Amino acid sequence: MKKNARGSLLAIEPLTQAQITVYLKMARRMDPTRPKPLLKNKRVVLLFYESSTRTRTSFEFAAKALGATTTLISASASSIEKGESLIDTGLTAQALGADAIIIRHPSSGAPYVLARHLNVPIINAGDGMHAHPSQALLDAVTMLDHFRTLKGLRVLITGDILHSRVARSNVQLLTKFGAKVTLCGPKSLLPELAEKLAPGLKLVRDFDEALRGIEVIMMLRVQKERLQGLDIDARDYVSHYQLTMDRVRLAAKNAIVMHPGPIIRGMEITDEAADCPQSVILEQVRNGVRTRMAILAHHVGGKR
Amino acid sequence: MSVRSILIRNGRLIDPAARLDEAADVLLKEGRVAAIDGAGKIKERADTVIDARGLVVTPGFIDLHVHLREPGQAHKETIASGTAAAAAGGFTSVCAMPNTAPVNDSIEITRWMQAPERGAVVNVFPIAAATRGSQGKELTDFAALHRAGAVAVTDDGKPILDNSVMKQALLAAAHLRIPVIQHAEDTRLTVNSPLNQGPFAFRMGLRGQPPEAEGRIVERDVALARETNAHLHVAHISTAAALEAVRNAKRHGVRVTCEVAPHHFSFIDSDIGEYNTNYKMNPPLRSEADREAMLAGLVDGTIDAIATDHAPHAAFEKDVEFERAAYGITGLEVALGLAITRLHRAHDVSLRHIVALLSANPARIAGLPHRGTLAKGSYADVTIFDPAKKWTYDVSQTKSRSRNAPYDGMTFHGKVTHTIVGGTVVYQGK
Repeated sequence: MKKNARGSLLAIEPLTQAQITVYLKMARRMDPTRPKPLLKNKRVVLLFYESSTRTRTSFEFAAKALGATTTLISASASSIEKGESLIDTGLTAQALGADAIIIRHPSSGAPYVLARHLNVPIINAGDGMHAHPSQALLDAVTMLDHFRTLKGLRVLITGDILHSRVARSNVQLLTKFGAKVTLCGPKSLLPELAEKLAPGLKLVRDFDEALRGIEVIMMLRVQKERLQGLDIDARDYVSHYQLTMDRVRLAAKNAIVMHPGPIIRGMEITDEAADCPQSVILEQVRNGVRTRMAILAHHVGGKR
Repeated sequence: MSVRSILIRNGRLIDPAARLDEAADVLLKEGRVAAIDGAGKIKERADTVIDARGLVVTPGFIDLHVHLREPGQAHKETIASGTAAAAAGGFTSVCAMPNTAPVNDSIEITRWMQAPERGAVVNVFPIAAATRGSQGKELTDFAALHRAGAVAVTDDGKPILDNSVMKQALLAAAHLRIPVIQHAEDTRLTVNSPLNQGPFAFRMGLRGQPPEAEGRIVERDVALARETNAHLHVAHISTAAALEAVRNAKRHGVRVTCEVAPHHFSFIDSDIGEYNTNYKMNPPLRSEADREAMLAGLVDGTIDAIATDHAPHAAFEKDVEFERAAYGITGLEVALGLAITRLHRAHDVSLRHIVALLSANPARIAGLPHRGTLAKGSYADVTIFDPAKKWTYDVSQTKSRSRNAPYDGMTFHGKVTHTIVGGTVVYQGK
């Protein structure tokens, strides 16, 4: 990789525990209501090839809370629609004076293309089915708000693992810290191969069985836009993998319910489970801003 | 420079077709091999003398599988630039795949590719499309294409999926004694799948091609070849199961041959690393078990030939999202280096065997008489290489128009020193 590889955040996988801890510690010191001018006079480009509510808005708020100017380039309202290549779009953003590019892209690995050719830090805000490092970091921040340590923490990730960059990044982060991670879902959305994502992963098909003793219940949406002809029987899915209050009660007493969003009520989670006292889904959203402030401060702010 | 005669002295002559591996001198005259004799025994004067002390002298290499991109895609490669790269790799003959633009499914294009105006520096043998436009439906006129110079038929880049079309193709080709070359990929199983299915693809968030996509087509084709008594040649074989199907077929006397590309015995899927598109080709790099199967197939003779699947692409076609990047890598200039480094030095495959895989066997498969051997009277196509020479590939120096190779900066053993086509030195290495 080129010179800026270290300055970019592309995935959790190559990071060490110590490097991840830097973000986590910094995130807990950040407060969106108390702006810090760490990114004063910096220009942050949000390059979004795919739709997003939470990630885009929280990166934008985070950048602004640090004093940066932001601009959004979205696929449907730019020269991307006219056929401009990813590299050319990136080079254009750089030439316009971008100090960092936050990219969301439907194709796995797309941020690496920019990182290889540009000199500014590239922040991966989700690439295809590959990685969503800022989500894994904010999830870890959220878990650490409720549990003393990630080590030994019993985490269950349930649902569409196959298409989930959130699952991949969470698995990488949590296993690095010694959490006990179990994956649960039907074969079509959770192939056996998933077990090889990281050492020590467990794969359980039966949701009820998997829930026992679990401290973190992380639910995932079935990604209809990525199914590519795969046929999921919704009724069957709901009966086997929907998180209901009865199922929440199978987990540890102090368990929390997480979901990266968007949640599809009535599909992977019931209203009751989504809104129950143990649910931290909106806490995750809130933590997104301070976590992304930490990411931006680390990669774009300060003396460079 | 064209000379009338060349005497190659003091070399180690390896000519597998003639069962020769000994110190010998070779005299080339008027485009043919005029004499072979023990070191120092040829007394005739030659216009040029090449001292091949410490070097291996072999029949010119023949690549069964290259994409020269002309007509239609000269921004990737031309017949002139592709054959220059071939010469630098020791290849004196290349078989040019028909997936040009338009597809080579006509005698006009087949002839055009062979015209002197193309500026080829090595022999070009076109392989014609098996079906019109390589659409997999209607057979082309094999007889006419063969007369125009096509040495085989294929829809390479795509498979011939339809059972009855494949059977018709085999029957028509058998009649002409030419092979049907199959790109074995069940494309119904490989939609939007830019690499091999496995733990690596899963980790990288990419859809993978299941190995069965290759194996199933090879199994079907072998059955059809048995039924039709035709010659089936499996292009760029890459999976253990497909290779096993070929092995079994050979055991039962079916006329099936296969080739492997150097990258498939050298690399595996995880070498793609962080989405390096210079490791993206089709078939994709497979698992370590598959790679080991390729090595075993080379050692036990199930694999007949090494073919590069040289597939040049421009930077703008490769420097994109992994899923969007064009399939294919260049390979003509490093094939010998990879064979010697990865097969001879690492796995004890003899030089004689490697030379057979690069010359005698492909000549037999493509039906090229008086090539792939240095028997007296053969075409004066000769490759001379230094098997011990260590060198580093610098892609900026490539003769190809494209640079989509993963080999930049890699060090190899075994370097071509001379490539002689029809008695003329067309490449001389340092």
